[in-house]
Amino acid sequence: MIETRGLRKSYRSRAGRETKTVDAVRGVDLDVAAGEIFGFLGPNGAGKTTTLRMLATLIEPDGGQATIAGADLRTDPGEVRRRIGYVAQGGSTWDESTAREELVLQARLYGISKAEAQRRAVRALEAFQLTEFADRKCKTYSGGQRRRVEIALGIIHEPKIVFLDEPTTGLDPQSRAYMWDEIRRLRSDGMTVFITTHYLDEADALCDRIAIMDHGEVVAEGTPAGLKREISGDVVQLGLSINATAEAEKLLAVEEYVSRLEALEEGGLRLFVDDGATAIPRILRRVDGAGLDLKSIELHRPSLDDVFLTKTGRSLRES
Amino acid sequence: MKLARDTWLIFQRQLHLLLRNPVWVFVGVFQPVMYLLLFAPLLKPALNAPTQAEAYKIFVPGLLVLLAIFGGLFQGFGLIAELRAGVIERSRVTPVSRLALLLGRSLRDVVSLLVQAVIITLLALLFDLRVFIGDLLLAYLMLALIALMTSAVSYGVALKVKSEDALAPLMNTVAQPVLLLSGILLPLAFAPGWLQGIAKWNPFSWAVDGTRALFSGDIGNDKVWQGLTIIAILAAAGVYWAARQFARSVR
Repeated sequence: MIETRGLRKSYRSRAGRETKTVDAVRGVDLDVAAGEIFGFLGPNGAGKTTTLRMLATLIEPDGGQATIAGADLRTDPGEVRRRIGYVAQGGSTWDESTAREELVLQARLYGISKAEAQRRAVRALEAFQLTEFADRKCKTYSGGQRRRVEIALGIIHEPKIVFLDEPTTGLDPQSRAYMWDEIRRLRSDGMTVFITTHYLDEADALCDRIAIMDHGEVVAEGTPAGLKREISGDVVQLGLSINATAEAEKLLAVEEYVSRLEALEEGGLRLFVDDGATAIPRILRRVDGAGLDLKSIELHRPSLDDVFLTKTGRSLRES
Repeated sequence: MKLARDTWLIFQRQLHLLLRNPVWVFVGVFQPVMYLLLFAPLLKPALNAPTQAEAYKIFVPGLLVLLAIFGGLFQGFGLIAELRAGVIERSRVTPVSRLALLLGRSLRDVVSLLVQAVIITLLALLFDLRVFIGDLLLAYLMLALIALMTSAVSYGVALKVKSEDALAPLMNTVAQPVLLLSGILLPLAFAPGWLQGIAKWNPFSWAVDGTRALFSGDIGNDKVWQGLTIIAILAAAGVYWAARQFARSVR
């Protein structure tokens, strides 16, 4: 659905008298399949939005190729526009207009007839539970309602792909959960959804596949589960007294499912295993069988933050 | 065809939003009416005009051109608000014509200017101003072209500077010498030679001369076609340049 090769963009920025060239996006290769929710995860300033805006024809790439829904981004941006929807991060509704007016206008900008545009507006208002406020001015809407109008605007022409830039930023948890459901609904309607996010849980829960972006480059790509598996598997942490720790270490080091283990100074062990769920019963049996006093056992699944940490040397939470 | 349809869509939307807030009619007419009531009476003695009507024939065309210049130049502010709200970007991801994004807005400005111009003209009729309808329509064409040009330029500059803080001083700096060098308030016939020399390079001074000729019924005067031609060329150039700004990346 989307295929990019070596997509690049740099900006010139002026700081005092010096002009610096900032490489916002330094060669991005992506392959997004039809019907998936693809996520761009990365800290602010990583180049996610710039890449998205290039794919949505809003800024021209400095180099590279891209094919979007079968149309070439560089040679036929007009056709790309017809096939995609785009929802910007900072909103796109006018305070003094109503949701219905905005929806009808947007449909008509895509060349849809007036009667059909009005029918689609009615349908979109229903689908996004906006009918009640349809004829009120946008400035009276809550953040969540307004975001729903914006998403509805982005898909009013039934595009094959919709780009959502940080769709849940600034929403309360309830609106956020609602928005996730909406995004999944788009996918089940057959749309390909491309989102950017800097929320780990969002990338994890919502996306079929993600690309992690940092400093203008894709540093990792895959399914959330696959990426996590790639780094370390699971971590099982055992709470033991200091005396018992040494004994348990000897005991467990020889188990074939333990790839690595670390003793903690204050007592206890960290075991790196492929699959925590099946390792835990075996660990319990071993430790119990040796008569050691096990105080606690915890399973840590690696998070996408661990993936980010491994690939970039920083935590996403810190950056 | 697509251009006409898209322009109409944008024009309709903009006009609709304008009419939703009819305060603009009051604001737009209040100031020129004040000029008409409080400034124009000074003109008969100052210009040595034989009658009040003669004074109005000189002053009203200047006032209308002033309205067209200023009305247009400050339209960019509305666009910056639209930029900030994301409305422009939302339009730019659709296949809508970029020229239409500009023309729809500028034509709305032209229409609102013409409404003001008609109100001012009607009021001036009460003060014994008399002008032939044909001449008047040609004068309105001149005003429409001026407003088209200034509003297009204002939109283009707004897209470039993207901030009200930059747009306001910029437009004021441009507007002031343009105003003073166009003989709007007083005819440049009173000006010393060097000032007239500079004014010749101000296209708006040609527009003012042409409009004045039309108001005095002198349609055959060379200044009429000269003024119209100069302003038409500049309007086309302004529209071309501003439409390119709409097509280019807006950030």
